[in-house]
Amino acid sequence: MPTTTHPTTSPEPEQKSAGAPALTVRRLSVSFGGNHVLKNTSLDITARAVTAIIGPSGCGKSTFLRALNRMHELTPEARVEGEIRLFGEDIYARNVEPVVVRRRVGMVFQKSNPFPTMSIVDNVTVGLRLNGVRNRKLLAESTEQSLRMAALWDEVKDRLHAPAISLSGGQQQRLCIARALAVQPEVLLMDEPASALDPLATAKIEDLILELKKDYTIVIVTHNMQQAARMSDFTAFFYLGELIEFGPTAKIFTSPSQKRTEDYVTGRFG
Amino acid sequence: MTAPNHRWRNFKNAVVQTLTFACAILVVTPLVLVFYHLISKGFGSINLAFFTQLPKPVGEVGGGMANAIVGTFILLAQAALYGVPVGVLGGVFLSEYGGTKLNWWIRFAADVLNGVPSITWGIVVYALMVVPMRGFSALAGGVVLGMMMIPLVMRTTEEVLQLVPGGYREAALALGIAQWRAIVQIVMRTALKGIVTGVLLALARVAGETAPLLFTALGNQNWAHKLTEPISAMPLQIFIYAISPYDDWHRQAWAGALVLLVLVLAVNIGVRFLTRDRFRQRI
Repeated sequence: MPTTTHPTTSPEPEQKSAGAPALTVRRLSVSFGGNHVLKNTSLDITARAVTAIIGPSGCGKSTFLRALNRMHELTPEARVEGEIRLFGEDIYARNVEPVVVRRRVGMVFQKSNPFPTMSIVDNVTVGLRLNGVRNRKLLAESTEQSLRMAALWDEVKDRLHAPAISLSGGQQQRLCIARALAVQPEVLLMDEPASALDPLATAKIEDLILELKKDYTIVIVTHNMQQAARMSDFTAFFYLGELIEFGPTAKIFTSPSQKRTEDYVTGRFG
Repeated sequence: MTAPNHRWRNFKNAVVQTLTFACAILVVTPLVLVFYHLISKGFGSINLAFFTQLPKPVGEVGGGMANAIVGTFILLAQAALYGVPVGVLGGVFLSEYGGTKLNWWIRFAADVLNGVPSITWGIVVYALMVVPMRGFSALAGGVVLGMMMIPLVMRTTEEVLQLVPGGYREAALALGIAQWRAIVQIVMRTALKGIVTGVLLALARVAGETAPLLFTALGNQNWAHKLTEPISAMPLQIFIYAISPYDDWHRQAWAGALVLLVLVLAVNIGVRFLTRDRFRQRI
């Protein structure tokens, strides 16, 4: 696999945590109608670890994240170039259906968005049901398992048929995580999942992410430096559409090799 | 700022306020007048026979317009059958699929169609159906009302689908749900009340159409037994009675107009109730 020739990209991080890369991104560029939002990005995302994406607003963080499960295809003028492999498989290959990619690479959004017409349990099982799973026993098992993993089971087990929108903001976001987990993805993408939540709810989501990384590969976009430092194993710093530096979180936050990274993580800009 | 200046300003403000208030009242006045007039002239003629009996021949007192009432519902049911699927699916295309340029033309066409005089619709369907089929028919009446519903339903469906936050579409697709399923089971379900509202309002609007039915359904003083026979409808019956020279028919026309107005009003009030908690649910 050719490595990037981009001058500002740091060397590959040493694989200190378990396993091979879940996602290998090579020379990824994304543009919207000629406007290059993400330029020539290459990095490896380690399996069963948390990779944090940081950078100021408009730096291409979310654009990068959304390329990982082909969400850009919903935007007609979006153009994605380069290569992304999920456990060795090219997810942009011609014979690969985006629907299949998105089942393997789940996503949680900044604004919690449980389906308003559905109950709590229907929200959890919707991914399976609309993919043709009819077996009630299986759906019930999946409901409990997913809600337990999302640390929501104890709070909602007595009112599974209540409307999802009757939950609090933090609970709604954990419900969205449960909904994403129910289709058993291999990678979970999170786009600022706690930025709209109060500190207590944020702490719960963070605990949850640390718990989830035992089984899942997690990529999280965050504006919160402390959050990135606390939770992630690897950190990628983006600036103006370029990957400036990527490495183990401890290194990025204590001895970054790029001046701009240091300025950003110490709060001097952004 | 001097005091007289201030007084002049207040005066101007009062004038404008009074003027706008008067215009606002002017909007409500016709409804009140129409209602008052219809109730005073028509209420006395509403009885059981009005809803259950056929029109009596000229000269005989009594009878009703049961055939017209049933006819209106048969025509509306047909209109819904033909107009709703096409209108709703067209609205789905405008909102969820389709390139922007094509959408612009479709929207433009729908808006033009919404403004086409209803008698034109009647003539079109007369030429397309009545002439080839060699006769006026309930079928042609249903088709013309259905055609008139399509652009109305299409535009309201598009509008309410656009109100569904994009986050739900993304969330559904991120779960690996196919786009058509996400549209049908999540986006359309979220907007269901709005779609139903649009359909009901479109039905209420075509329920009162007379001109297109003159060219298609024609009217019938008896029961229509087949869809290929001419059929009566309330607006048609009211029209025929109103231009007749007989006092008894005039009374029946008033009563019919009152019933038709109550019907349309009931749909509108029902829609208000339907949409009442739509905004509470959102956000």
